[in-house]
Amino acid sequence: MKKRWIALYVENQVGVLAKVSGLFAGKSYNLASLTVGTTEDETVSRMTVCAMCDDATFEQIKKQLNTMVEVIKVMDLTNVPIHMKEILFVKIRGLNERDISYLFKIANVFNVDVTDIGTDSLLLECKQTEKKNDELIELVRSKYHDIEVVRGGAVAVESISTQTR
Amino acid sequence: MDIAGRKMVVKALKAEGVDRVFAYPGGMVTDIFDELYKTPEIKLVLPRHEQALIHEAEGYARATKRPGVCLVTSGPGATNIVTGLADAHFDSIPLVVITGQVPLPLIGNDAFQEVDIVGMTRSITKYGVTVRDRAELGRILKMAFYIASSGRPGPVLIDIPKDIQVMGGPVEYPEKIGIRGYKPNTSVHLGQLKKAYKLLRSGKKPLILAGGGVKISGAEKLLRTFVERTNVPVVTTVMGRGLFPCDHELYFGNCGMHGEYAANMAVSGCDVLFSIGTRFNDRITGDLAEFAPNAKIVHIDVDTSSISRNVEVDVPVVADAGLAINTMLEYAEPQNADRWIEMIREWRDEHPLMSQSVSENMSPCNIMKKISEVLKPDTVVTDVGQHQMWVSQYMDVGPDTLFITSGGLGTMGFGFPAAIGAKLGAPERRVVCVTGDGGFQMNMQEMATAVVEGVNLTVCVINNGFLGMVRQQQQMFYGKRYVATYLGTKDHDGYWPDFVKWAESYGIKGIRVTKPDEIVPALKCAAREKEMPVLIEFVISSDELVLPALKSGAPLSDMILR
Repeated sequence: MKKRWIALYVENQVGVLAKVSGLFAGKSYNLASLTVGTTEDETVSRMTVCAMCDDATFEQIKKQLNTMVEVIKVMDLTNVPIHMKEILFVKIRGLNERDISYLFKIANVFNVDVTDIGTDSLLLECKQTEKKNDELIELVRSKYHDIEVVRGGAVAVESISTQTR
Repeated sequence: MDIAGRKMVVKALKAEGVDRVFAYPGGMVTDIFDELYKTPEIKLVLPRHEQALIHEAEGYARATKRPGVCLVTSGPGATNIVTGLADAHFDSIPLVVITGQVPLPLIGNDAFQEVDIVGMTRSITKYGVTVRDRAELGRILKMAFYIASSGRPGPVLIDIPKDIQVMGGPVEYPEKIGIRGYKPNTSVHLGQLKKAYKLLRSGKKPLILAGGGVKISGAEKLLRTFVERTNVPVVTTVMGRGLFPCDHELYFGNCGMHGEYAANMAVSGCDVLFSIGTRFNDRITGDLAEFAPNAKIVHIDVDTSSISRNVEVDVPVVADAGLAINTMLEYAEPQNADRWIEMIREWRDEHPLMSQSVSENMSPCNIMKKISEVLKPDTVVTDVGQHQMWVSQYMDVGPDTLFITSGGLGTMGFGFPAAIGAKLGAPERRVVCVTGDGGFQMNMQEMATAVVEGVNLTVCVINNGFLGMVRQQQQMFYGKRYVATYLGTKDHDGYWPDFVKWAESYGIKGIRVTKPDEIVPALKCAAREKEMPVLIEFVISSDELVLPALKSGAPLSDMILR
């Protein structure tokens, strides 16, 4: 079992998201994340899908997606150089002065924005890879209890010149 | 010039050559019905229940090899066809199903007879869509017929809101259509196919496993030529039954749960399994871990997603069965499998498929053979259960027979309406419906449809007073605790209701057969009827079993033989 990434071009129509996500639910595929948005052609949407599965299941997922009339193209991003980002908000409450200044340091080191602040709370905004977001959450969680995490799911695009993932 | 949506629907049906629509009216489709009133060249069949309606369309599609067309109203009309959609989806039957829908502004309001039928059926249709723009209607209807009948066929659902039906819009119905997300496979990878054939050629114990896909492709004759050329033995799945002559020397029957011992031993012992047009359903494979354990596997199928799903294959070939076989015929050569064939014959001699009846002559085997002999049906339709397996074991179902059965979904209630649809699609055929007392009672209201349409077919109700297939499981694996399988009452035995009186109430002939010497006269009497349906009730013991059998999940080599 490991994480796999697929990008899909689909018809920008009612019910297509339900159909794709319904496939994962109906066939017991483990969907880790799914994002969708329109492309330069507004009749087409692009989905970035992350699934947790073994090799055979992954092959099956791709085939099943390909059979869908509304799916225009399935791209396996697992072994392709890509740029990937996920938006993440972390709201942390119940802080004192020292906590806040410490969190500013974290933000600085992790290249994260502090986008809002109150007397005892603070909002971090992070646009990094999913993995880096995981690490940030882990770090914040280890120090503070009253946190709220909002994740956007990852979007990915194939690289132009970079060869590493 | 603009035309109303309802006119566009009828225009599409005419353009697609539809001559019959299985239709049940209701509030949200009356406009289309009204349009059909003015279209005498399209005949309407009015069933008595929408579930039966869609099974009738399935039978019709099988008999005509064209999409069956259904028209039902929104809400309950739509939900009643769900079972048939799933059935057609499993068994690759082309259907175009039109459902009425509440007007667009009411969708989402829990309006009267509103359901989200497209949402409900997303996983059991090949394609489904609600028409939200009148301008799109023509294109969507064209898509429906194209998608339903191309590639791996299947059901397509078009949900048309009432306001779209009356709204004016473009008059054009497209002649051709391109769909950017749908490109059914129409060719075969020649290199991959050569590789597959080379593997077959290398086998010392090669075996061909042929499924329903060979029939859908119409490749029965090609397969026979290929088999006779290569000298490789053949077994079939239930859906593949009939694609090969039953008495052919290289044919060894069905494999799977109630398959023949020799066929299952052959699958378990072969070194190359060359499979065409099968999905490797669990009823065929038994325990996957021990399925064809010594074999390299080739899988030819038109549906990419059927390949390497249940069984991991060594050489996958995405292609239509007929195209693949025809291509291989260019280079196929005889191979020496005589010793292997001899082995399979020995298995068959060791445990031949034979009657293991509790009664001497009212045995299912005898009844099935007599039906074949006397009625010589060229279309055999079954329901689901014990009788279905007895038909596939004992009736003479060959390449000239249209064998229609619910394989993937195993839908009780399928048989009788599907037989009516088949006869309507091919009136020149001699249609026999073999059904059980359980499944028949699920859709027996369709006798009205059969009588109204003057459908001449013979309905053979194999009556054992029980839901026999489940009862058999209870007998064999659940300590004879017969819970909820007995169909009688305290005052009647299970052979109830009185099917003869019931048939007579429709003005048709009903015959009860309780003794062996009544079998042939009853069948002969049925054969004389040329206009109307005839019902024959065969009363058999509830202790009759389907043998051999495989416990669910057991390996194919571990059959229960008696």
